Amino acid sequence: MANQTISPGPAPTAAVTRPIRNSRLEPILFNTFNTLFMICLVIVTLYPFLNTIVVSLNAGNDTIRGGIYLWPREFTWQNYKAVFASGTIFDAFLISVARTVLSTLLNLGLTTMLAYTLSRKEYVFRKPITLIFILTMYFNAGLIPGYFLMKDLHLLNTFWVYVIPSMISAFNMIVIRTYIGTIPESLVESARIDGAGDFKIFIRIIFPLCKPVLATIALFVAVGAWNSWFDAFIYTSSHQELSTLQYELMKLLSSSMNANSNPSVTNGVGMTQGADMITPISIRAAVTVVASVPILLVYPFMQKYFVVGLNVGSVKE
Amino acid sequence: MDQTLKKDRVVRKPKKDKKVSWSLIKDQRQLIYMSVPLLAYILLFAYYPIWGWTMAFQDYKPAKDFSEQKWVGFKHFEFLFKDDNFLQVLRNTLAMSIINLVLGFVTAIILALLLNEIKKLFWKRTVQTISYLPHFLSWIIVTGIVATSLASDGIVNDVLMKLHLISEPVQWLSHGKYFWGIVGVSNVWKEVGWSTIIYLAAMSSIDPALYEAADIDGASRYRKMFHVTLPGIKPTIIILLIMQVGHILEAGFEIQYLLGNGLVVDWSQTIDIFVLKYGLAQGNYSLATAAGIFKTVVSVTLLLIANGVSKRLGEERLL
Repeated sequence: MANQTISPGPAPTAAVTRPIRNSRLEPILFNTFNTLFMICLVIVTLYPFLNTIVVSLNAGNDTIRGGIYLWPREFTWQNYKAVFASGTIFDAFLISVARTVLSTLLNLGLTTMLAYTLSRKEYVFRKPITLIFILTMYFNAGLIPGYFLMKDLHLLNTFWVYVIPSMISAFNMIVIRTYIGTIPESLVESARIDGAGDFKIFIRIIFPLCKPVLATIALFVAVGAWNSWFDAFIYTSSHQELSTLQYELMKLLSSSMNANSNPSVTNGVGMTQGADMITPISIRAAVTVVASVPILLVYPFMQKYFVVGLNVGSVKE
Repeated sequence: MDQTLKKDRVVRKPKKDKKVSWSLIKDQRQLIYMSVPLLAYILLFAYYPIWGWTMAFQDYKPAKDFSEQKWVGFKHFEFLFKDDNFLQVLRNTLAMSIINLVLGFVTAIILALLLNEIKKLFWKRTVQTISYLPHFLSWIIVTGIVATSLASDGIVNDVLMKLHLISEPVQWLSHGKYFWGIVGVSNVWKEVGWSTIIYLAAMSSIDPALYEAADIDGASRYRKMFHVTLPGIKPTIIILLIMQVGHILEAGFEIQYLLGNGLVVDWSQTIDIFVLKYGLAQGNYSLATAAGIFKTVVSVTLLLIANGVSKRLGEERLL
């Protein structure tokens, strides 16, 4: 089934090797094939996710019997109730929200400020600072030195380890800087004549004008922060109260993958209420939905922004 | 007015380098206040940890001071290249990375070509929006979906059974020979739609006159795809290839770590997992750092080579 995303199917190759003379038939054949291909793509993309939603809404002990596709057989909210009744998952949800909001705000403010200074052609340190930031896109000191840095800075097992190490990204900086380059210079000049300093120009003129590109960056940063689990895994895993939603999901995933022989392992979630109703599979499905819905509600509306932002970012420096 | 200004700038270009003087620094102090703290930040978080690379040349003991550490030269690097486990990990990383690279590029270009041929804007938009969806899901969620789909009662086995392609469910995740393919297909599933964005933008900037000329010459749709559209996005493909070559030792970490199990361990472990296992789990910091350095050095070297070759050939380049 997944193969359909890879192979273009037989139609185009067949048509290339044996050209179709009838010029009216050919476009129809092509369009039919193309539409069918796109329908397959849509199904392959959406089905697993829709199925997860359905499983999350189906009674756990019924799901085990199999045969749940796109409609719940025994509809229930029980799985979601268990997820939100569980203190661990709800706390992790709050931590995830907090880190996402904070990361996004800090990234937007700091990265835009840096991008503004590096967009000023008269700035004496423009070139060296730009180079120092761009180089960070291509190398990485690695996991172990990074871990020791967090340890030396006393960031291990604190909330701040989610936010502070990733406040600025060079890629985002370039995207914003390229965008600032399209803002007419005369705006900055006239503000300067009125006596505004660089900081005032940045806050009052540049930052508000950057809204479209900031929408893109906000989406990238927020998605990255919301989806990350590795920092929780290596930096804060001994402190349950700092766990994030994705990390809780990861624990559920690995316990249910390793526990095919022992399906009663539910990671402490929902054990108290009707344990016969709630299975690891249903809990995982419900947490998956909770963890993905916030992003899925937002991204379709940001499409026109991120398509532009991504292409600005690919402009070579 | 505007034009004379522009001309002026072109003429003066060679003199662009300004002398750093105290009065200039004083003039620009606000720019300096705004950027230098951020410079300090990046030096601390991205550059200072490179100092930690010294661990790879020591028998590092966390309890000791730097001056008390025992220096051992390239011992850990030598060990790595004699270690069967590391060589296996290297093979897995390269294999999965190349599979991801080839599958990723080919599928994204094909999908972009086909999307580009859709004339109904609403339908095109809808397909695009849906195809972006998996990109926004975390690898945790994607791995969960992959594991569910490939389970013995999962949808993949279900469909294959109903089509009578197999007579009993295949244990996809228990055989090493399937692992690389599963990782490759999962990557395609997650990223193919997202990867088309750049290609589609490149396609939309191809001069329509080229298509008109091809029409006059009686070119078929396929000929236009192969002789106008594909050459039109060639610079984009080359830039993206150069960027990817630098990531050849990054086969991904999450899906291998989460999907791997004892049965497929010989096929699933990558350099990143090796570093994690030896470094944080077993406390052999020196060996893990050596493996990490190897990865970074190879990546940067490959990036520079790819960039240089591309420059020689007169193609696009990154740096």
